[in-house]
Amino acid sequence: MSASANEEENKKQYWRENVKLLCILLAVWFLVSFGAGIIFVDALNAFQVGGFPLGFWFAQQGSIVVFVILIFVYAARMKQIEKRLGVGDE
Amino acid sequence: MDTQTLTWIFVGASFALYIGIAIWSRAGSTSEFYVAGGHVHPIANGMATAADWMSAASFISMAGIIAFSGYDASVFLMGWTGGYVLLALLLAPYLRKFGQFTVPDFIGERYYSRVARVVAVICLIIISFTYIAGQMRGVGVVFSRFLELPIEWGVVVGMGIVFFYAVLGGMKGITYTQVAQYCVLIFAYLVPAIFISMLITGNPVPQLGLGAEIGGEPVLQKLDRTLVDLGFTAFTSGSKSKIDLFAITLALMVGTAGLPHVIVRFFTVPKVSDARRSAGYALVFIALLYTTAPAVGAFARLNFIESVHETPYKTAPGWVKTWENIGLIAWTDKNDDGVIQYGPGAPFEGRAAFTGETGSNGERLVSNAQTANSNEILVDRDIMVLANPEIANLPGWVVALVAAGGVAAALSTAAGLLLVISASISHDLLKKTFRPQITERTELMAARGSAAAAIIVAGWLGINPPGFVAQVVALAFGLAAASLFPAILMGVFFKGMNRDGAVAGMVAGLAATLAYIVWFKSPWFAGMNGPENWLFGISPEGFGSIGMVINFAVAFAVARFTAPTPSHVRAMVDDIRVPRGAVAPPPTH
Repeated sequence: MSASANEEENKKQYWRENVKLLCILLAVWFLVSFGAGIIFVDALNAFQVGGFPLGFWFAQQGSIVVFVILIFVYAARMKQIEKRLGVGDE
Repeated sequence: MDTQTLTWIFVGASFALYIGIAIWSRAGSTSEFYVAGGHVHPIANGMATAADWMSAASFISMAGIIAFSGYDASVFLMGWTGGYVLLALLLAPYLRKFGQFTVPDFIGERYYSRVARVVAVICLIIISFTYIAGQMRGVGVVFSRFLELPIEWGVVVGMGIVFFYAVLGGMKGITYTQVAQYCVLIFAYLVPAIFISMLITGNPVPQLGLGAEIGGEPVLQKLDRTLVDLGFTAFTSGSKSKIDLFAITLALMVGTAGLPHVIVRFFTVPKVSDARRSAGYALVFIALLYTTAPAVGAFARLNFIESVHETPYKTAPGWVKTWENIGLIAWTDKNDDGVIQYGPGAPFEGRAAFTGETGSNGERLVSNAQTANSNEILVDRDIMVLANPEIANLPGWVVALVAAGGVAAALSTAAGLLLVISASISHDLLKKTFRPQITERTELMAARGSAAAAIIVAGWLGINPPGFVAQVVALAFGLAAASLFPAILMGVFFKGMNRDGAVAGMVAGLAATLAYIVWFKSPWFAGMNGPENWLFGISPEGFGSIGMVINFAVAFAVARFTAPTPSHVRAMVDDIRVPRGAVAPPPTH
């Protein structure tokens, strides 16, 4: 396989892995906010954690914390993938 | 020194700082004016994004909204932060790789069409002007309360300052001023929050203080019990329907990711990987304020009830009278006992109409018809953050600091909005559409001129706010969600999306959302605005999420039956998807 064909294949591979990672992280994004904070909030409010009803905590504190973590996980994982496939920007 | 003098000093010192930064970071080229030359460090960009993002509404109003609507206010907390996940994962890296100046730039090139670019400019201008009127008003309110200037003068002073650094420094000036403004506003927000958390719970971290106990009972439980005793719904349970909560949260998240003044901040960092990290830093800086707000809101509500309910008006704390003087608190003694009773429902019909006379207890009398409930006091929820230091008896310098923070929050957002408006006029309309032959010098002059014009329009809107605008902040998010976000997302992720599909989608999403909001929010149909008339029970605030679905559906349907995307555009999308080879925006072109 020629170098340029290999590079093309790497770019395709990169995009597939990116989309897969996106789907996983967005599923978590959905679960902590729309899931725990809205749809299942009443069920979760039956549990008290650290002085908070759990559903309420997710809606006003927990989801925001998870959002921050998701972005940094994405940035770090993408950097690894880019390095492995040689498509990064440094 | 009295609070008044301290406030002048704090606000004056912060202005001097902003002007100093503006002089130090003048823009010399269009690239510096539009995207700060693409050399901003990701952390600095994160701070600037946070200041850009957190408006007078976040700083002044959000804790008040939480205080008075409890769980229902979660839509704002999740909606205004969750959007950054979408931004970091779905938009920012690709737009940075694309590497031009504006959002319409991307839409115009990706959909190979001037029409698409102009439609994007129209969306952008409607969104940004809706947003900016509120910012100027915020500056005016802070000035009138703390410096006892008329609101109009406050707006004029604010305009002058923004004029100076936005017109002179462009994006470069704005970015570094916003970094300073972030520091001022977050300090101003956290200091009183920490003090109050210490006073009430003994825990200096407000986020933990909210879960702490007072007298053996968790704060939230105590608040729930107090509210239920007074006849309110519990703080931790809401009154909105689940579908409406869902729709509003989604519209705010997607709208956040689609707001042009936020997106454009990610054009300013050097690399694609920086755009991702920078969105993470931005959210950290935003989360500092947003996770504090629920604590501030809950403490404020508790404090408010304890210091006002069943308190004789004559011995009520001084802040009640100060805010009554500017009309944001009003008391009507329904049972003639001279004691303030607080409860659910409005104390009287409509907005307070002061007669100019004072009653037997020294209160300002209102001429409104009393309502049947037992509530006697009207309180504007916007005063919560501003009055909090006084309610908690904090020293004068804390009050002064809060004033400087409120001004910083309003100015930083206003400047960011002005910049995207001016860039879309000078770059997208003039350079890229109607007058391609102009030189870079002329374009830079046009950019400065349109920034100046936009400031004057914004100031005018701040001084003469159409009552309509105040009610339609939701419009900005709904429109961004229904127009720009889907167009950009499909541009990156669906190579098959063509010009006709994207333009039809944007127009359909924009028109449907605009129509729904105007229908329910305009004064003529105000009586209609209730869940029984809403489509699927979704309020106008949440309709942007339906608008987004309409955009996607129309776009895919039209794209199926029209000419496919040309191969050079497909190649461009392939290129945008990989980070390798990102370049700084062209210095001239």
